[in-house]
Amino acid sequence: MNRSAIDLWVGVFVVAGIAGLLFLALKVGNLASFSTSQVYQVQAKFANIGGLKARAPVKSAGVVVGRVADIRFDNESYEAIVTINLGYEYQFPRDTTAKILTSGILGEQYVGLEAGGDGVMLKNGDRLRLTQSAVVLENLISQFLFNKAAEGKPEAKEPAK
Amino acid sequence: MRIADLSARLERLGSAVTAHVWRLGFASRFLFYLVMHSGTALRRFRLTIAEIYFAGVLSLIIILVSGLFVGMVLALQGYETLQRFGASESLGVLVALSLVRELGPVVAGLLFASRAGSAITAEIGLMKATEQLSAMEMMAVDPIARVVAPRFWGGVLSMPLLAALFSAMGIFGGYIVGVQLIGVDAGAFWSQMQAAVDLRNDILNGVIKSVVFGIAVTWIAVFEGYDAPPTAEGVSRATTRTVVTSSLAILALDFILTALMFTGGTHQ
Repeated sequence: MNRSAIDLWVGVFVVAGIAGLLFLALKVGNLASFSTSQVYQVQAKFANIGGLKARAPVKSAGVVVGRVADIRFDNESYEAIVTINLGYEYQFPRDTTAKILTSGILGEQYVGLEAGGDGVMLKNGDRLRLTQSAVVLENLISQFLFNKAAEGKPEAKEPAK
Repeated sequence: MRIADLSARLERLGSAVTAHVWRLGFASRFLFYLVMHSGTALRRFRLTIAEIYFAGVLSLIIILVSGLFVGMVLALQGYETLQRFGASESLGVLVALSLVRELGPVVAGLLFASRAGSAITAEIGLMKATEQLSAMEMMAVDPIARVVAPRFWGGVLSMPLLAALFSAMGIFGGYIVGVQLIGVDAGAFWSQMQAAVDLRNDILNGVIKSVVFGIAVTWIAVFEGYDAPPTAEGVSRATTRTVVTSSLAILALDFILTALMFTGGTHQ
């Protein structure tokens, strides 16, 4: 095999390899999402964040409008402080409610934003006052069992009479 | 009698350990010398291009076909398990993550070791057995700079590209079986994959793995070839040792790298 044919094939190989890497970065990974556009940060305190993780999506009306940037523990209020990056093209009123929701029954948790009616919009560094914590399955079950037990007591006595 | 027997055994163990450590040190010095004398290979890049052709381009067929089939089998097996939990839409995530993180670099590395590593060892070993390397030295040509370094850099440069092509082909195979044959929704296949695969944590770490495997395999291959006893039997043994040692090295390094990359970074 002569020299130029070898060069040609090596060229094809290198281009194909780089194309493979680009395919992995662009089509398989999420390079194009949210890293380039400008963001502003807001914080929210939650009594319980459940299984929320950094980089979890922030959705409003089901549309992804940002990502969770950081989760920390507040030593004074014993609450979780969740820092959220929101895209600049999405503006929310100051009295927006943040909830921790779950996609599907066993799905991943995300932050849901519900816009309020205030005329003033959120700025970088603001804090969301209205939050709703994650639903913890154990608490839900124990609440349900307590209610059942409270309901069941008077009825259980009646047949015994 | 007993004590003499025991001491003879200990002596054998000791000499085996010493021989291995000595060999490892020799291999490390060889690598150091090789990297220091790579000037020729990089300045006369045509030498390295020819080796990229032998190590990379000629390995393309086996890498692409294996990648395609590994991806197709992953999709079939993954679908079988995922659909029991009603999560068949996550098939893309399963195929992409297992390929990009593990199977791409590891299987491509194993194939590369047996396809290109063994060839490098046999070629250098035979050059040594037929005294071509000594002839070069007689002509004041450094055989490590002229023969070994281009092969080393050719392998090191080829391996990450081959691993990336393996992963890309595997995801394509998973797409063919999962979406076209089984009928998983194409939108969910790609969008869940894109949501779950992280550029830095998954793809970059996979590329780092393939670079490390490329260095390890090619290093072992050129060293075994250069160190082979100059006989037919010696070259054949060296070739076998290349494949065995580099396969074990890939698996051991993969465990270490995975432990460093994917468990250290989960708690943020």
